[in-house]
Amino acid sequence: MNEASHQSFPEQPVARRPVSVESRNLGERANYAPDYIAFRNYSFYYGATQVLFDINLEIPERQVTALIGPSGCGKSTLLRNINRMNDLIDGIRHEGDLLIGRTSVYDPGIEVISLRKRIGMVFQKSNPFPKSIYENVIYGLRVAGRRRKSVLDDAVERSLKASALWDEVKDRLHESAFSLSGGQMQRLCIARAIANQPEIILMDEPCSALDPIATGKIEDLIHELKNDYTIVIVTHNMQQAARVSDRTAFFYLGKLVEYDHTDTIFMNPMEPQTEAYVSGRFG
Amino acid sequence: MSRDISDKTRTGVPKGEVWVWFTSLGLTLGLSMVLVLFGLILVRGLSYFWPVPIVQIELQEGSESAFLGMHRFAGAVAKTQQRTERVLVESPEADAAEADRTVRETIPDTFAEIQLFLGNRDYYGQSFRYFRDEDVVGRTRPEAIIRAERRAEGDGIFYARELVLEDGRVVKRAEDVDRFESELDRLVGEARHRRAEINRIDRRHIGRINLEMSDIEVELRYFRRQDRLTSEEESRVQELRERRDELQRRYERLETQSDALKRTNESIRLRYERADGSRDEMAIGDLYRFHYPNRLGVSGRIQTFMIRAWEFVSGYPRDANMDGGIFPAIFGTFLMTLIMSIAVTPFGVIAAVYLREYAKQGPVVRSVRIAVNNLAGVPSIVFGVFGLGFFVYLMGGTIDSIFYPRAQEAGVPTFGTGGILWAGLTLALLNLPVVIVATEEALAAVSRGVREGSLACGASKWQTIQRLVLPASLPGILTGMILAMARGAGEVAPLMLVGVVALAPNLPVDGTFPFIHLERKFMHLGFHIYDVGFQSPDSEAAIPTVFATTLVLIILIVIFNLSAILIRNHIRRKHQGSAF
Repeated sequence: MNEASHQSFPEQPVARRPVSVESRNLGERANYAPDYIAFRNYSFYYGATQVLFDINLEIPERQVTALIGPSGCGKSTLLRNINRMNDLIDGIRHEGDLLIGRTSVYDPGIEVISLRKRIGMVFQKSNPFPKSIYENVIYGLRVAGRRRKSVLDDAVERSLKASALWDEVKDRLHESAFSLSGGQMQRLCIARAIANQPEIILMDEPCSALDPIATGKIEDLIHELKNDYTIVIVTHNMQQAARVSDRTAFFYLGKLVEYDHTDTIFMNPMEPQTEAYVSGRFG
Repeated sequence: MSRDISDKTRTGVPKGEVWVWFTSLGLTLGLSMVLVLFGLILVRGLSYFWPVPIVQIELQEGSESAFLGMHRFAGAVAKTQQRTERVLVESPEADAAEADRTVRETIPDTFAEIQLFLGNRDYYGQSFRYFRDEDVVGRTRPEAIIRAERRAEGDGIFYARELVLEDGRVVKRAEDVDRFESELDRLVGEARHRRAEINRIDRRHIGRINLEMSDIEVELRYFRRQDRLTSEEESRVQELRERRDELQRRYERLETQSDALKRTNESIRLRYERADGSRDEMAIGDLYRFHYPNRLGVSGRIQTFMIRAWEFVSGYPRDANMDGGIFPAIFGTFLMTLIMSIAVTPFGVIAAVYLREYAKQGPVVRSVRIAVNNLAGVPSIVFGVFGLGFFVYLMGGTIDSIFYPRAQEAGVPTFGTGGILWAGLTLALLNLPVVIVATEEALAAVSRGVREGSLACGASKWQTIQRLVLPASLPGILTGMILAMARGAGEVAPLMLVGVVALAPNLPVDGTFPFIHLERKFMHLGFHIYDVGFQSPDSEAAIPTVFATTLVLIILIVIFNLSAILIRNHIRRKHQGSAF
């Protein structure tokens, strides 16, 4: 199954900046490119429960990195730590560090709000706001205090085009976002994430509630977006990970088991656990 | 095996159905009680305005029902009923041995009786009277009988006989019925216009002069108490005195005008005859409106009904609130409820937002929440006492000492006494728990996904609340407001301490600057019901008024709620689908 799906996507050749991904122990290398997301000996706790164990992971710029693993392995937690969405939960704690570029997201000088503006996020369940399509897209700009009509109009058109929704909704921008179909709503959420012109887009199982056709559209979209954004995607769908991502990280019970080029993970994994999981024998 | 299951399905008692019956029974019971109550209020409230025919009855000579030696009465049938009374009888002992002794015993005696509304309270001393059916020998419905709304002493029921005009001429009914009746119509109509004019002068012009004079008096009294006055103050005193004299002259001029009108209304007199043949006369100015109940056709009845209903809701009360309209009470209730809603909503919403969105959920917040919920169980009179102490004495007293020190020194409180503002705020406090609880529920119902989506876009927590959470919970907040309004508009007990009065001389909103007088005392429908029903000299006659007032109060609350519900539905439509 992996082979078939993989052949349709030839290997992504290079990231724009030289990224040294040669060995399997990416986490131990210290060759940053500025927009790297890097976890360094990162552990994370909900109260007394440890959910991430000593993670070392570097996510390269302008590529798609898939996080896979069985439910409860900590991949969503990892993703939500990148824009500090977990801050909302009481009793959280971390050890180690999480860097974006050269700055720690926990740096006291970092404002969470500006951090989140640099990082768009798409959720498992599409969550458009009870507003018009137009207002949904420019929500981030509105809260940032942008008022100029031309700026907002441009942002709407650009974002909706980038999320391949423009042709479907350009005539009804001021209708409620709830008039859209499920797949369109999810693409609207992607447009909303793009409108802020972020550097990174986090996707938390973006297609889990969608039918195959809508899923296909989103996957195509991810391919497009890769040229401009660094994308981290959590998915339960092996084929999807194989289809859309350049690299794949496999998590199990809060530990990073293996991280490599997607083809390697799927065709020639090092760890037997990885092989068992990607071939569908457990998980 | 499959047969077993299907057999059971067919023959077994369906378990759920019992509960369907049980629950629907509960609903039916509750609903029918509410409907009966509402139906009673509706029917009895509306019948207050419906003109009923007048029956004239003739009593048997020497019958028990007769009183004051009269045997003929005219009135509207208020009730017909069977009554059983135990009467004492003496009969000879059945036992022959003791035949000389009599036995006293009470035996039940059942008879039919009618209750008539006689009117003419000034004459009979009461408005209602029971008559035994068996005593009644004749019943007629005289065409010429009049039911008259009078300035005082309730309605009169009589035959009009003669009119004494201003110049002393007498128009007799016996001579020319048509001329007499048209003359009566004309004179009553003219008297009504004169009365309106008198009211205008008294209420508006003289009222305004009185207000200004009392302000001047307060200031003068202040200067009088000072030992020494500066020249500036001297001239101010002079100025005030001149102004007072000027007002006094104007007042006298107006009074002469109004007196002239009053004299005219007084000098034209109607001589009438009651059913028993007694004669009397009244000033035409005291006759507010009249109709011939036994002549009215259906359209005439409907017309009279409409007129009376309109006068009830638009008129001012008279004769110790027993008669006239209840407009000041409607207006007071409306304004007070409005003030309450305006005060309670922001407070409740702010408190709920803090409790739900910002406060760290823990034992402290939990106990605060329990305390808030229990606040709803505190007797409302306690809130009244608190309102009196906190709002009236403390806040009102402070406002007075800062802004109206002279009036306060003169012993004339402005805000330091009950008023519509304090009443509104007291009720706002009373209803705070309702709004807080409803708002909290609404906030909790806003999905986590929407909040996270907003935060992930770089919105701050406040921006999320302001732009998404509050708009989405607006329908729930409005539900809380609806509940608060319904409860607040019907509340009476606390109001009695913080500003409601049985008869307020002025509305809280009028034409004198600054137009809205929130410090004024006001009338309230709930208190009006209490006052008319339980404080009036003739409580029997007050019953229909009580029902009519209750009906108006309910209609007012329904209007309030309907408008809030319409707004809520409009908002819901705008946020359609936000609940998926």
